[in-house]
Amino acid sequence: MLQDKDRIFRNLYGQGDWGLDGARKRGAWDGTKGFIEKGRDWLVNEVKESGQRGRGGAGFATGLKWSFMPKQVGERPHYLVVNADESEPGTCKDREIMRHDPHLLIEGCLYAGAAMAAHAGYIYIRGEFVRERERLQAAIDQAYEARLIGKNNVHGWDFDLYLHHGAGAYICGEETALLESLEGKKGQPRLKPPFPANMGLYGCPTTVNNVETIAQVPDILRRGAAWFAGIGRANNTGTKLFCISGHVERPCNVEEEMGIPLRELIERHAGGVRGGWGNLLAVIPGGSSMPLIPAGPDQCDSLLMDFDGCRDKKSALGTAAVIVMDKSTDIVKAMARISYFYKHESCGQCTPCREGMGWMWRVLNRMADGRAHKSEIDGLMQVTQQIEGHTICAFGDGAAWPVQGLLRHFRPEIERRIDEYTRHTQAVPAAQAAE
Amino acid sequence: MAVRRLAEPHLQPESFAFTDANLAWAKQQIAKYPQGRQQSAVIPLLWRAQEQAGGWLPQKAIEHVAGVLGMANIRVLEVATFYTMFNLAPVGKFHVQMCGTTPCRLRGADALIDICSRRIGHQHEVTADGKFSWVEVECLGACVNAPMAQINVDYYEDLTPESFEKILDEMAAGRTPKPGPQVDRQMSAPIGGATTLKETT
Repeated sequence: MLQDKDRIFRNLYGQGDWGLDGARKRGAWDGTKGFIEKGRDWLVNEVKESGQRGRGGAGFATGLKWSFMPKQVGERPHYLVVNADESEPGTCKDREIMRHDPHLLIEGCLYAGAAMAAHAGYIYIRGEFVRERERLQAAIDQAYEARLIGKNNVHGWDFDLYLHHGAGAYICGEETALLESLEGKKGQPRLKPPFPANMGLYGCPTTVNNVETIAQVPDILRRGAAWFAGIGRANNTGTKLFCISGHVERPCNVEEEMGIPLRELIERHAGGVRGGWGNLLAVIPGGSSMPLIPAGPDQCDSLLMDFDGCRDKKSALGTAAVIVMDKSTDIVKAMARISYFYKHESCGQCTPCREGMGWMWRVLNRMADGRAHKSEIDGLMQVTQQIEGHTICAFGDGAAWPVQGLLRHFRPEIERRIDEYTRHTQAVPAAQAAE
Repeated sequence: MAVRRLAEPHLQPESFAFTDANLAWAKQQIAKYPQGRQQSAVIPLLWRAQEQAGGWLPQKAIEHVAGVLGMANIRVLEVATFYTMFNLAPVGKFHVQMCGTTPCRLRGADALIDICSRRIGHQHEVTADGKFSWVEVECLGACVNAPMAQINVDYYEDLTPESFEKILDEMAAGRTPKPGPQVDRQMSAPIGGATTLKETT
């Protein structure tokens, strides 16, 4: 188990002072000037050496991403953009950082800015987080006042940090949709390439990072890349904020080491599954976009909570938002509700997504009651495959995967419901068009 | 995707303009972005317009923001209709955004939604006294404190049917109930005390 001294977010629950004094007591803003003076290459290298992978869902190596920014600053300025549009169902970790440890994020922004030669950064926070926005803005104001950031600051790297907010659109968590939104447009993803490192915000080189990713950077620099790399497993290093929700005794956020077994995570910190481990039906390990993993010896029992561990079970770590479902769960209905979420949040740009989301939701809704033909199960699987990979952004994939996970692991349950429904009705239900 | 249209003409006010204070604030917002990129401020400005108009965005407010930013009306209209936190019709003094996504449903959001239907009525309708309206929204990002609702700007977390009814009662009586977890709990730490960071919690 991770020891408290190795935890980065030491004010996770807001038990201490969120402000500059409190943050300084916890070690923030210590040695900052020295790290900046070591230069851009050193910063990028240190993060590379730590093995840190992005904490926002995709798990892309942070140092490598930073290194994609142009080596020389040309006519176009470089921008850092921080993705604080936390909206993935099950995920509530960045919120804790922004309201309880905002200075770690601000300090991380300065390093990231220096590492990619950016003198300006924008934090894009979701619109619903009004109180968190107020708190973060207050922390930014403190940092300006103490000349920790801004022009001619004490650290020797000019860096302006601005807080920008959205207004309720999940899709703006997709990096190019976020940039569109930041430019004052509808949040509709852009085609890639060109990638943001070449053409991002205002057509300038831009890197978009998640809040947790950036907020971990100060501790990586202060304690050294080797410290971070020594936690967890190879290729899955460091600590991670886990959000444990659903049918557990005591839902909570907790920082743990990567690769912690799922069962240990739930039993140690969340009081165990409601009704005991034997009452577990399935978990979604990384936010609603990831396929569920059912209970069982080869599945949840042996699941290690890191990128590779989840991949081994045909799912993904995503944002490490663990949604636990016990045996009382109507699993088809629960997944139908997730499909409704994607129907609601599709930006409407690509046809497979715009039309497919509603189609999947309507079919799943019927399947939850058993009002379907068994042949439709294969049809539904086919539709998910026609959506997956055929849209501009990964939203289509993220909506198709949970349905695929359901069909992969709970097909007998859907068939049972269809049988049940048919037995109780005189005639076999006519296949319905999904309109 | 959701079909979102402007409110009926008879609900629309005849004019809208930022107060002097809001206009000054808007100029500060615009200054956050590079020159010529003032369009970036459209969401913050629409938000402020919504606040000034009493919780919703009349057509004239959308056009006013377009004027302030030098944008075509249609560009602002499409932003106002795309983002679901912009209310295009009047809402109650207390606008309840009830989270109905799976993590909250697993913890009993259905019962809270029933309470909204019984006490307030259909979604998007305002009660006769003008005090309440409600809408089911997608994940609000407080899943370990589920079920929860956002009422105006504050999050009310770890709700039960009893505590939720009590919050609505308090608001109806003109009091301000305490936001955050409605059970004995330090923010998102486990109930009964944190399992980590014990020296500080």
